[in-house]
Amino acid sequence: MNTIKINIVSSSEEIYSGEATMVFATGSLGELGIAPGHTPLLTGLAAGPVRVQNGSDEETFFCSGGFLEVQPDLVTVLSDTAERAESLDESEAIKAKEVAEQELANKDTTIDYAKASAQLAEAVARLKTIQKLRKKQ
Amino acid sequence: MANTKEVRKQIASIKSTQKITSAMEMVAASKMKKTQDTMLEGRPYSLKIKDVISHVALANSEYPHPFYEERAPKKACFIVVSSDKGLCGGLNINLFKQVILKSAELNQQEIGSCFALIGTKASSFFKSVGGEVIAVAEKLGDKPNPDDLIGLTKVVLDMHKNNDIDQAYLCSNSFVNTMTQQPNVDQLIPLAPEEQSEAAPSQWDYIYEPEAKELLDGLLTRYIESLVYQAVIENNACEQAAKMIAMKNATDNAGDLIKELELLYNNVRQAAITQELSEIVGGASAV
Repeated sequence: MNTIKINIVSSSEEIYSGEATMVFATGSLGELGIAPGHTPLLTGLAAGPVRVQNGSDEETFFCSGGFLEVQPDLVTVLSDTAERAESLDESEAIKAKEVAEQELANKDTTIDYAKASAQLAEAVARLKTIQKLRKKQ
Repeated sequence: MANTKEVRKQIASIKSTQKITSAMEMVAASKMKKTQDTMLEGRPYSLKIKDVISHVALANSEYPHPFYEERAPKKACFIVVSSDKGLCGGLNINLFKQVILKSAELNQQEIGSCFALIGTKASSFFKSVGGEVIAVAEKLGDKPNPDDLIGLTKVVLDMHKNNDIDQAYLCSNSFVNTMTQQPNVDQLIPLAPEEQSEAAPSQWDYIYEPEAKELLDGLLTRYIESLVYQAVIENNACEQAAKMIAMKNATDNAGDLIKELELLYNNVRQAAITQELSEIVGGASAV
């Protein structure tokens, strides 16, 4: 039987890898059914199940969003680990900025390269000395 | 001459330090295994998204993405990945050195720098030397969640979108083996274009659902996020390996110190006995 390769991955793990006769997914514009030899397609995924059929076997995975790429002989599902919304991303970004501002309030924003190099040189020298001491023994 | 009690006290204190460092060594060794596993688990995603990105680059897309665009650089952003905790040898210091060198080099070409910092060590370093810090992500733990990095990455990408920065560098340690960690400063934006292979003529394009622009924006953002996440988990593995080595060295050093002090202790004890004897002999002959 004609099959198509399918890989489902999320950023923290590989979820599924194998062959399928048919793949169903929830695209951002609606349900998709992908058979072997499908034309190249790139689409966003909405939260929903991804069903992988291989003959009479069927496996279902939940996907909270992400991307789906179709090549004639290959389907790749890049799943997000969590639901992503523009507003959520925005609030995360604001949080990261706030931490930066709190940490470094009222501070000079130009780097004192001389000071930085001196500090680093001192630290490196200290480490080198330790190494030398060890070698001597 | 030091007295025996003092030396004994010193030996006891070094022994207890040695116990701590050897315990920390063992903790780091077991954590190293875990962080390495996490690093490997994250790899399939970054490989797959790279595949997809290279397919996209091959496709005859109608929409060239700004991340590929070479702009005359005026300002660069460094995403610096460091550890949250210290006691890991020169791991962070070596990385900061590379970052400062690169930043100074850009400064000479009149390209400004700003920094997005991951890890407590980086933020405390830049607190002391200065530098424009645009975002900070701290205390991500041993198993960082990709979602914890979204905010920081977004700040950087937004600045790129608004033309506030023209380049972005990802600075982190790469894991060579347990003994060796390599500090790297890699260019993140503009993305290096994939090599066009001759065999695959770019005659085709994807069907995009919905719009190409929207999709590629999302996809490339995920790609950058995945690179940053991968750097963070790899840096974690580096941290544990470096910590294990540092603590092993500390334990060995403590052992050497104890040996020396025990020798000193025996000398002092012997000297005390000899002195006492000679005093007794001297006293007896005086009678």
